[in-house]
Amino acid sequence: MSNDQVENAVTVKNVYKNYGDVEALRDLSLEFPKGQLTSLLGPSGCGKTTLLKIIAGLLPATQGEVLVNGQQVNKPGPDRAFVFQDFALMPWASVIRNVAFGLELRGVNKSERESIAIKYIKDVGLTGFEHSYPHELSGGMRQRVGLARALSVDSPVLLMDEPFSAVDEQTRRKFQEDLLNLVKNENKTFIFVTHSIEEAVYVSDQVALLLPRPSRVSEIIKPSSFKNKDINSIRKDSEYLDTVERIWKSLRSYVE
Amino acid sequence: MLSRSFFLKILSGALIFGAWEFAGRTGVNYALPTFLESMKALIDMTISGLIFKAYADTLRPLVVGVLISAFIGIGIGVWVGLSEKFDWLISPIFIIMQAAPLAALIPLLIMAYGIGLTSKVFVVCIMAMPVIVLNTSVAVKNTPSSVKEMARSFLGSRKDVILKIIIPSASPVIFAGLRLGVSAGFIGAILAELKITPTGVGDIISYSRMTADYPSMYAAIFSIILLAVIFLNILEKIEDVLFKGNNQGYIS
Repeated sequence: MSNDQVENAVTVKNVYKNYGDVEALRDLSLEFPKGQLTSLLGPSGCGKTTLLKIIAGLLPATQGEVLVNGQQVNKPGPDRAFVFQDFALMPWASVIRNVAFGLELRGVNKSERESIAIKYIKDVGLTGFEHSYPHELSGGMRQRVGLARALSVDSPVLLMDEPFSAVDEQTRRKFQEDLLNLVKNENKTFIFVTHSIEEAVYVSDQVALLLPRPSRVSEIIKPSSFKNKDINSIRKDSEYLDTVERIWKSLRSYVE
Repeated sequence: MLSRSFFLKILSGALIFGAWEFAGRTGVNYALPTFLESMKALIDMTISGLIFKAYADTLRPLVVGVLISAFIGIGIGVWVGLSEKFDWLISPIFIIMQAAPLAALIPLLIMAYGIGLTSKVFVVCIMAMPVIVLNTSVAVKNTPSSVKEMARSFLGSRKDVILKIIIPSASPVIFAGLRLGVSAGFIGAILAELKITPTGVGDIISYSRMTADYPSMYAAIFSIILLAVIFLNILEKIEDVLFKGNNQGYIS
């Protein structure tokens, strides 16, 4: 598959981001092919969340531009939905209101948005919990609510900021498998921030390795041979293991 | 579990009132009537309708003052919480209001606003408003930033963020401030009646003190405390109903 033929859903061009004197991103360019999952992987402080928030339009770039489907963006838009690391649920609202909240803010009327929400609550496996409150759910279930909320607005681009880092290991593995199916079945572009090498290699079509001081894309890795294999055999695949090893070699010098 | 907590409440009440009754009977002080004497005085006042007339007077500045404090206080508090500049400008006023010895300021209020309702409402407001404003502003400032970001990322306007995120998120602490403010308002209302012009419950207190009718005096004090407790409980119930998921200690 030649890269040139793949259309990009999101393009980041020469983006700089400074926090006062601190340079978080310097001249960063990256392309996110449509319908694929791209991970931003790197040690803490490499600016991966900053980059994701700039793409989301939550943070302004100091310089440079972000294109979503060819259109320059500088604020949140209906073409992107965000999944938060800490879930960002409203504790005072039931699951169904949380899931429908994106639609509520878009002015969709109550019965319509709730029927959409019910569908996505079912998709993420939370049927029966529609009227529960977040404090009654486990961490994994809370993130399912966060995911359902992002899916329910039906944006072509899904931005995920370390979505599985606050859930336990078993749940995380299940989420990773679910995510693979989601990428396969939904025609959406996923941008996925993680600091887990295994997770990045497992779920991604493309891994962008970000390195700090100054932040830059050091390498783009496209694991391919195990992509069409059975989900259960990926973790034993030799390319999977080699890729994990290769990324670790690049990263280890940056870990004190 | 409900019956257990109910039982504990009864027990706690029985202990306090028992100690009161005991202290009254053993004659700790000639001015301390027993609990039962005070209750009898309270019943007498209720039958004669005196207490209702008194509360008609007392509640007027209290209700007006508390309503003004709640609405203006929460409004100012939200604004202070949202704007750093406004915080700079306004917060010191309320910190001073809260710290100032109110009794010493009452003569000034009387000179400015006379001895009528206005001064009393002012006293209630000075007592109630600072804690409402300060609590509200702190609560607004402490809204988790990720939930605000969430609303922005799902295309919420500034107004959506304030009305649908910041206010509900701040509401438990706002309500806590409201409860403190209301109880301070009760103190203010009685203080105003004792210090400005004796009316209502304050009149019963000062008059029965002068005539050494101590059971009536304690009955009046007891009734105002009882009213405050009932009112605070109602406020808590309202809060529970309004913000169901919020009081469960869930921090996102």
